[in-house]
Amino acid sequence: MRRYQGYWTAFQTIILKEIVRFMRIWIQTILPAAITTALYFIIFGTLIGNRIGEMDGYRYIDFIVPGLILMAVITNSYANVVSSFFSSKFQRHIEELLIAPVPNWIIIIGFVGGGVARGLMVGVAVTLVSLFFTDLAIYSYGITFLVLILTSILFALGGLINAIFARTFDDISIVPTFVLTPLTYLGGVFYSIKMLPEFWQQVSLGNPVLYMVNAFRYGLLGASDIPIGTALVIILLFILVLGAVSMHMLERGIGIKS
Amino acid sequence: MVVNALKITDLRKTYKSGPQALCGIDLAVEEGDFFALLGPNGAGKSTAIGIISSLINKSYGQVEVFGHDLDREPEMVKSCIGLVPQEFNFNQFLPTEEVVANQAGYYGIPRAQAMHNAEESLRQLDLWPKRKVMARELSGGMKRRLMIARALVHRPRLLILDEPTAGVDIEIRRSMWAFLQELNRSGTTIILTTHYLEEAENLCRNIAIINHGSIVEHSSMDALLAKLHTETFVLTLRDRLEQLPTLDGFAISQRDGRTLEVSVERERGINGLFAGLSQQGIEVLSLRNKQNRLEQLFIDMLDAARNGENP
Repeated sequence: MRRYQGYWTAFQTIILKEIVRFMRIWIQTILPAAITTALYFIIFGTLIGNRIGEMDGYRYIDFIVPGLILMAVITNSYANVVSSFFSSKFQRHIEELLIAPVPNWIIIIGFVGGGVARGLMVGVAVTLVSLFFTDLAIYSYGITFLVLILTSILFALGGLINAIFARTFDDISIVPTFVLTPLTYLGGVFYSIKMLPEFWQQVSLGNPVLYMVNAFRYGLLGASDIPIGTALVIILLFILVLGAVSMHMLERGIGIKS
Repeated sequence: MVVNALKITDLRKTYKSGPQALCGIDLAVEEGDFFALLGPNGAGKSTAIGIISSLINKSYGQVEVFGHDLDREPEMVKSCIGLVPQEFNFNQFLPTEEVVANQAGYYGIPRAQAMHNAEESLRQLDLWPKRKVMARELSGGMKRRLMIARALVHRPRLLILDEPTAGVDIEIRRSMWAFLQELNRSGTTIILTTHYLEEAENLCRNIAIINHGSIVEHSSMDALLAKLHTETFVLTLRDRLEQLPTLDGFAISQRDGRTLEVSVERERGINGLFAGLSQQGIEVLSLRNKQNRLEQLFIDMLDAARNGENP
């Protein structure tokens, strides 16, 4: 019992440190997502969206709201963990955790918790911005919140794995630039995959972001290209796989121990 | 029954890049000891410390801390150890107090108690007035002391210091010595690696010397210093000498007109030296060791190892 109280204290310490870290530099961590999303709403929602008309029976601006919110959550959950964990490796203060009686799973959930906290905070900021452009009606609060949390956990784990492998600052920007951004943009944020030819629809199904965007869109609008159950199972499977990979890497000391 | 604070058996480490840093070392440090682990750069000291403190994976061997096996009870082992590493490894962008309190949190100490412990540790190391200052803004000496304060915040039974006084001025170094001696007297076992051999000689009761990944000496400081056959003294004279004096049994050389270097065999003592010089009308104003005794012995041992001799 006492041991688990100790773990809980260690977890609280890590996650609070993480939250304080990104809140101290909120101009770099929270504000940019709100500004970028506002620009998306102005350009794609209002200026171009009015010419596009409807998509899946919704005004285009309403259709892209879920994707834009989730895109901000994804990038910020990822960015928080990858930058925080890598800089703790770079400055070597990760050693403070490695010498302490903190199990690796606590380190993982502590850092991932920090990523989720930033993802959610950015999600709230972006949602507030979206209210200036559209009347947001939530179809299912439960699904919306669940997808938000699960997606945030998944990409925070992705950021952690990237940070564990990274040896230089370049290494932490390669994955977001060449993997994360294309997957997100091609993940149905701005369009329904039903608009694509059959072949590209099948290809799109290999993109995990598609399931998250559609599950989140289901939570907000009640519409999705993918059955909600399938989407949730896929997201959970990815979380399990990435969680196991992170755990394995920390247990072996990959990237953090000689 | 003597309790070992640290017991290492056949510890080996081969890095993936190739070099074998530790070639099967055995080491025992008793509870309450002030122990020196010395060796030249690259000898394997930091690797050994890294393994003991879980920063480096071992290739083979066993590490026990206060009877807890590192493989079977890693968390118990970690709870017993406080580590002051060679290089600054704290978050430079946090206030001093946060650096110390967060470390307590990682050891499972609840926030209120962590803040209390942090205050106590910072006060002990004269850093309390700097508690709100960002760690990166501290001077080099303060950063060293911050690492000691951080290592002590969970009240470890074994404190490992890897060159804690490197780059620190003599005044702060001496105040750190006094602090560490007091800490050791209060029951904390201390393992010290340092390149200041005077520091090791003054502070430590037992010693191990490691070279090329092997322990080449493991004994008490007194027993080790007793191995020193010859000591060299520097004598400052009242009057300038015209001619180099000769004395049977003493090797004398002249540094300058008023300074002599005399090598004295340990068995012979220095009374005869003073008597002989006095007979020749030479008055000695002061005397000092040319080198710290441990330093001389250390260099002799490394030279002997280099030449393949038995030191």
